[in-house]
Amino acid sequence: MRRERSGVNKQYSFPTVRTQGEETRPSRCPDNSAFKQQKLPAWKPQLSTATVLPGFFLTGAFCLAVGVCLILSANSVRDVQIDYSDKCSDCSKFRENSSNWNKECHCSVNFTLKEDILGDVFMYYGLQNFYQNHRRYVISRSDAQLLGRNVNSYCAPFTAYRNGTPMAPCGAIANSMFNDTIDLFYNLNSSAIQVPVLKTGNSWWTDKNVKFRNPKSYNLSSAFAGTARPPYWHKPVYLLDEEDERNNGYVNEDLIIWMRVSAFATFRNLYRRVKRIRQFADGLPAGNYTFRIAYNFPVTKFKGRKHVILSTVVWSGGSNPFLGIAYVVSGTAATLTGFVITAIHLKLRKKKTYFQK
Amino acid sequence: MADPIRWARYRWQQLISTEGGEGSSSSNSSNKCYQSSKTSGKHRIVIPCLGHFKEEYEKVSKLYMNNKIRTTKYTLLNFLPRNLFEQFHRVANLYFLFLVVLNWVPLVEAFQKEITMLPLIAVLTIIAVKDGLEDYSKYKMDKQINNLLTKVYSRKEKKYIDECWKNVNVGDFIRLSRNEIIPADMVLLYSSDPDGICYIETAGLDGETNLKQRQVVRGYSEQVSEIDPEKFSSRIECESPNNDLTRFRGFVEHSNKDRVGLSKENLLLRGCTVRNTEAVVGIVVYAGHETKAMLNNSGPHYKRSKLERKVNTDILWCVLLLILMCLTGAIGHGIWLSRYSEIPFFNIPEPDGKLIPPTLAGFNMFWTMIILLQVLIPVSLYVSIEIVKLGQIYLIQNDIDFYHEKTDSTVQCRALNIAEDLGQIQYIFSDKTGTLTENKMVFRRCSIAGREYCHEENAKRLESYQEINSADPQCSSSTHMSEWRGHNCSAVNEPLNRKSLNQLSGSYLAPGREDGAGDVPHSGHVAFSSPIETDVVPDTQLLEKFSQISSHSYQQSEEASSNLSLETTYITDFFLALAICNTVVVSVPNQPRQKMRHSLLGRTPIKSLEEIRQMFQRFSVWRLSSSPLPSVKESSSESPSSFVSKLSIFRMKLASSALDGAAQGAAEPLNTDSPENSQAPQELDTVNVAAGCEHNSAASSIELSPLPKLCYEAESPDEAALVHAARAYKCILQSRTPDQVTVDFAGLGSLTFQLLHILPFDSVRKRMSVVVRHPVSNSVVVYTKGADSVMMDLLRTASEVGTNNSEMEQKKIKERTQKHLDDYARRGLRTLCVAKKVLSDAEYAEWLNHHFLAETSIDNREVLLLESAIRLETELTLLGATGIEDRLQEGVPDTIQALRKAGIKIWMLTGDKRETAVNIAYACKLLEPDDRIFTLKSQSRDACALVMSKILEDIQKNTSAKKKKSQKLGNVFASPSTQAPGFNAGLVIDGRTLEHVLHDSLQNIFLELTEKCRAVVCCRATPLQKSVLVRLVRNKLKAMTLAVGDGANDVSMIQVADTGVGISGQEGMQAVMASDFAISQFRHLRKLLLVHGHWCYTRLTNMVLYFFYKNVAYVNLLFWYQFFCGFSGTSMTDYWILILFNLLFTSVPPIIYGVLDKDVPAEILMQLPQLYMMSQKSVAYLPSTFWMTLLDAFYQSLVCFFVPYFTYYGSDIDIFSFGNPINTAALFIILLHLLIECKSVTWIHTVVIIGSILFYFVFALAFGATCRTHNQPSNPYWIMEKHMIDPVFYLVCILTTCVALLPRYLLRVLQGTLFMSPVVRAKHLDRLTPEEQKEAIKRWKDDCIVNGRVEFQTTSGSSSSATGAVSEEESIASVLPTSKPPFRACTKEGLVEDTSSLPDIQDEPETTNGLNSEKTAFLNSSKETNLDTFGGNNSCAKAPVCASEEGSSAVSLAHKAGLNSVLCEEDALMYFTKLEC
Repeated sequence: MRRERSGVNKQYSFPTVRTQGEETRPSRCPDNSAFKQQKLPAWKPQLSTATVLPGFFLTGAFCLAVGVCLILSANSVRDVQIDYSDKCSDCSKFRENSSNWNKECHCSVNFTLKEDILGDVFMYYGLQNFYQNHRRYVISRSDAQLLGRNVNSYCAPFTAYRNGTPMAPCGAIANSMFNDTIDLFYNLNSSAIQVPVLKTGNSWWTDKNVKFRNPKSYNLSSAFAGTARPPYWHKPVYLLDEEDERNNGYVNEDLIIWMRVSAFATFRNLYRRVKRIRQFADGLPAGNYTFRIAYNFPVTKFKGRKHVILSTVVWSGGSNPFLGIAYVVSGTAATLTGFVITAIHLKLRKKKTYFQK
Repeated sequence: MADPIRWARYRWQQLISTEGGEGSSSSNSSNKCYQSSKTSGKHRIVIPCLGHFKEEYEKVSKLYMNNKIRTTKYTLLNFLPRNLFEQFHRVANLYFLFLVVLNWVPLVEAFQKEITMLPLIAVLTIIAVKDGLEDYSKYKMDKQINNLLTKVYSRKEKKYIDECWKNVNVGDFIRLSRNEIIPADMVLLYSSDPDGICYIETAGLDGETNLKQRQVVRGYSEQVSEIDPEKFSSRIECESPNNDLTRFRGFVEHSNKDRVGLSKENLLLRGCTVRNTEAVVGIVVYAGHETKAMLNNSGPHYKRSKLERKVNTDILWCVLLLILMCLTGAIGHGIWLSRYSEIPFFNIPEPDGKLIPPTLAGFNMFWTMIILLQVLIPVSLYVSIEIVKLGQIYLIQNDIDFYHEKTDSTVQCRALNIAEDLGQIQYIFSDKTGTLTENKMVFRRCSIAGREYCHEENAKRLESYQEINSADPQCSSSTHMSEWRGHNCSAVNEPLNRKSLNQLSGSYLAPGREDGAGDVPHSGHVAFSSPIETDVVPDTQLLEKFSQISSHSYQQSEEASSNLSLETTYITDFFLALAICNTVVVSVPNQPRQKMRHSLLGRTPIKSLEEIRQMFQRFSVWRLSSSPLPSVKESSSESPSSFVSKLSIFRMKLASSALDGAAQGAAEPLNTDSPENSQAPQELDTVNVAAGCEHNSAASSIELSPLPKLCYEAESPDEAALVHAARAYKCILQSRTPDQVTVDFAGLGSLTFQLLHILPFDSVRKRMSVVVRHPVSNSVVVYTKGADSVMMDLLRTASEVGTNNSEMEQKKIKERTQKHLDDYARRGLRTLCVAKKVLSDAEYAEWLNHHFLAETSIDNREVLLLESAIRLETELTLLGATGIEDRLQEGVPDTIQALRKAGIKIWMLTGDKRETAVNIAYACKLLEPDDRIFTLKSQSRDACALVMSKILEDIQKNTSAKKKKSQKLGNVFASPSTQAPGFNAGLVIDGRTLEHVLHDSLQNIFLELTEKCRAVVCCRATPLQKSVLVRLVRNKLKAMTLAVGDGANDVSMIQVADTGVGISGQEGMQAVMASDFAISQFRHLRKLLLVHGHWCYTRLTNMVLYFFYKNVAYVNLLFWYQFFCGFSGTSMTDYWILILFNLLFTSVPPIIYGVLDKDVPAEILMQLPQLYMMSQKSVAYLPSTFWMTLLDAFYQSLVCFFVPYFTYYGSDIDIFSFGNPINTAALFIILLHLLIECKSVTWIHTVVIIGSILFYFVFALAFGATCRTHNQPSNPYWIMEKHMIDPVFYLVCILTTCVALLPRYLLRVLQGTLFMSPVVRAKHLDRLTPEEQKEAIKRWKDDCIVNGRVEFQTTSGSSSSATGAVSEEESIASVLPTSKPPFRACTKEGLVEDTSSLPDIQDEPETTNGLNSEKTAFLNSSKETNLDTFGGNNSCAKAPVCASEEGSSAVSLAHKAGLNSVLCEEDALMYFTKLEC
């Protein structure tokens, strides 16, 4: 006899309702399947000393090995970092006065490389204390506009001027673009040879070719007609690189790299790569060098600092040794734990408890 | 005899009676009563929409609901708003709504507005879809029901036409045929049954399958033809709709202002089915939602589990944590901002170019942070918990171990949200009858007139009995269906209805199927059909005596006043009482009641015209005496009672009721001129005597032929058992109508008793009575049966000097019967006393007067009826007593033992008497031989308090002594109960004392006492007391309670308890309906609690903890980032990934974990109940566990954030590239953390975890490849792809995962090695081979026992003078249950023992066996002391022990000592004086 009453059926108290489905399932005996009886074959991980010992030692060995490799490779990285915010203090004071916004200010910084830097040399500019990751800064951009579309939403408050002329590119990120010009000179026998650098190929291929597009028009200046440069900029977007048409406008790599906002307040962005020709074919030879900097980007407002960095790159990234050290430390920790557990295990084996064996 | 005037008055009153039921009159006072109540607006007036009522009908009946029902909550239009409204009653949903709204405030928005809505919308949609589907199924059901067809009288067509149920209105006449369902509550006006009875089955209402009788409104029952609605000119006034199924009050007012009372006996309830009655007509009084059935639908009840409450508090902690974190963010942001004097590039000014001050910015940041860190409050937790619970319930319901083949039933989970409470039960409150026992009442013994008949054969039969009737239910039901269709053509033509009826019939396993008749549904195998109950083997001795009566003529035996014949009178009366004093419905399996009569008539050969004439005359006599029509009564009122009494002499000789039916048509004309005819019977006197003799022979010849298969359907199984017992002695209940009962008495033929009153059983009186007019002596006889505790007080006492011989006899009988009763109770039998009382007509009439008043009052009728019943049931003559065995259910002792080992305290709350209860408690190991039993039985509250404090003192003395010992032993194991092992106290308390104890002032001390006792037995407890007890323990002790019961009397207890378990047994479905879980056998409770409770609890707990961990760990990643972005609320993860992380990538594995994880296998959990204590004490979810989890979450998030942070520090990485390895590592950590926590990993786990990881990567890659501008500003374009080819990414993820999980892994390893919890140990057991496992479990168990025993021995050894007596008592107690099992078969010795222990009865022929009697006396007395008095009563207890050594001469002394002890405990104060001696 069926006396099933689900919550719904109960409300009616009708046998008609109660006994529905009787014919389809004569017996209410549940299936004797492994799932329904909760007897699925299962792997029951046994977390006792004996079973986990090899795991700890293996992990330890692996971590140590990886750590050593990482430390070795990080050590092979050459990294030269020059802080020019103090050396160009005149210029920075000059920039503090906003009336000088369109006047040029140059300064030069000398340094000596004691050893050659071999391989591909990358030139970065570094900023300290620049909170590019501020929430409202991060969102103040228009990806659609940078794709060449005629929209500039999300850019507040750098969307348009009071007279309605839209900014191109719009948004706080673009507006605050790093605009120092840094040139590297190799002082060879009192003559300064400008180190040849590559302006392109520094950004992600996908950024350059997919994410950033100039508006379509017969030439660039007409494409940006009806728009104005952002307020902090000295020149309009279509004059960012007058020499190379394919590095101008929105697809200018300096802009593209700047638009990829950094994760931390202290960061570096790739600026140039040394072109490996002539005496720089193997990298930068040891010797005296000079950075000539057109100082445009003020950092004193936020107590920031600016660097130029020359560095090589290996498979494990830059010169940061942290990962390698971390691997070594955790590898050691795992091995030590393994030993401790071994000790415990050996001690416990002597006094058997009644349920084991 | 009674004076004629009074008699006349009585007759006259009967004529104008207004009250239905028992034939009573309306006095002036009752009329007044009606008038006063009529004016109040609480009543409703029902009038048919016919004839002259039409105008009034328009006015009144329009106000009442029609029969259309709508149980859906929503309509298409209001679904969305209403569902949303209801969902937002949940605080969690409100919180998320608040977040969404907050995100629309531009100042504080953290995400894209739309994205924040996603989780909320997801949750709302899931719930809305669930609600919608539920509601839709209700809608479909409503529609089906509303469109059922029924026959309604149509005024236009002047006949009954088919109408949908929904078109039925109040005041409509409805005609129902057999097996049709009643569409609305209606007053029964006509039944095709000649007695105006309609049988209904209320299975649809309360699940009870036995038939119930309903009566046609008095005054309509005598109508021959069907009632004509056109001529119905009365109006019905009744109370307003209410949900009380057991009450209906009102009256019918005829056009001549006569009023006839209505009671629930006249009301057909919606949802019931008409059975065994060809056709009925009724007028609708309540329809649709106003019917009692609908008003009783309270809908599913919602209980909140303990775990859920705890989760809620922890969520509050999370809220606090969230606020703290947001405050940190706000303050940090303020400080960060104030460092800048000018606007830096990266701080975006307001549109007006100004910068907001740091404090305001900080304030705004607070809200931004709340939005950002919202995931800390786990939105998915609520949904996940619901899903997990559904999964758990699904698995519980599919457990094959809960399947009970005989009833084809398995566990039902009616409450979906408290499965985990099963793992935390501390107290079980159990009903006894039907819960611990089978509730298959089997007649075992009886004692008549002080002599015991112990039915040895019957006992043997029971022992060898095996349930053989468990035939394949499927095949039998299918044959039924086919047969049913053939019979059922006329019944209904609505397809659904027919189908359902087929199903119904199929679902009944008719016991009479051997007869090939399956078309009459009766209480199938659930009810009282099993042969173990029906077949009673008569006692040879008694049968012998019985046959003597049969050979004598009854009258002769009455005249003779010899001792023997007095005994035979007793025996006769005893069996008559058994057969009559009940409410059993008799039915014949293969035919409806009516047809049975005709067929019986056919069987009785009608020999001559003479006989036919006699029959008619007899019939007219019967008509006169039972319920004459008004005209007859008026004329016969002149002839006083003597006339009627003479007439009724013949009634005894009236043949079976078949004749009545046959003669009905012919008798009608005779009836009208019966006054003239009244002389005839007198003339026919002699003839009739002759006829009677003839008939006797005829009856005996009928006996030879196979007995007609009669089915007894009783409201309680005890009644059925008694009727079956009477039947075994050829005292067969033949038929029962409201007016008469026919009993086929072996030697005397059919006796038809005029049934004057039934005073039904109630729990206050604890007895029931029938008042009949004895056909032989023509006196009014009251047969009463009831609990001996109440009955013994009601007996006729020989307080005045008992010169009368019979009174002395009575006293002896009473004493001896009491002795037998005590013995029965000790054997665990249910005892009933049977008594009778002969009323003189005068007495009866006097009582009747009062009774009328009670019956006709409308307001406090119940109270008055109770008083009236009490007035009648006095001065009774004891006939005898019965012992009915209720066998223990299979596996009950094991289950109780296991549950107790699991640390659960079990209370038995029963309505039975103390001895029975205590014996059942012993039998089911609730009390153990070693236990010390304290009995609380006090008359006054003060005494009660005194006794309780004394007991407490006593226990404390013992436990403190024992605790010291146990501490020295340094027990590793948790003791199985709160007290020291070895000392177990049991408390027995009875209902009357319970009342005192439950008083506010004594509650605390009582609870303190019960906490110290391992088992508590409450006997004689009323349903209300049961629920009060449960509530007391639940509220005061803050304990998790479980109540288990099977009957309607357990409903309140089940509802009050945290978890209510119903046993789908024999006493209907009320308990099941009220319960949260319904099981078919008590033993299933073991697996339900120990295995499923444990699993559900640990699973859910672990899942909840994991959810907290998961959310805290994940959200903290964002929090740590705030320290590096000026607390500006930036998230380094793409918003989509952030939201979907919880919603998609990590949601399924925890759910699978919550449903399927298995820490310890079921077999081990069953074998080691001790493990239950882990979940009971919520070891898995202590506050410390919660904080440890949070701490771990903090640690893991720190690792997960700072390893990538330091790795990428100072590099040219951008925000979202930085977030990607963090997010990926977090995914691995969170999923692998789950794997560490998993105790068993099945392929489902593997698939789900690998699936989640794959899904994450596929999603991230696809998103990264396609999304160029869509996801402004956090553009994840190509980030994942870029990382997938970067080795550093992998190295970071691996290191982060390893370092983050190491501590927890280590912890688990150490837990599995050094600090093993029992659960972990049990888990290890699973690894061993079966043999090893068995060995290990045995050792484990032994360990516990040895620990316990050592302590026990040490303590009993160290018995001081104070405890010496106690240990002695313990040893006595330990002898008892083994030497005297409650269900020991009756032996000749036992009889001897029992009689011999009453030395003052000299006339017993048996000689006493010295050795035996000694033993018995010893057992009896020591047992009594042990049970009846609490521990301190040593002086009483010692006496018999010493005395027994002096041989049989001391027996009486010993017995007296036992009696003394009984007396002692009657009053505590008295007891204390005894103690001094």
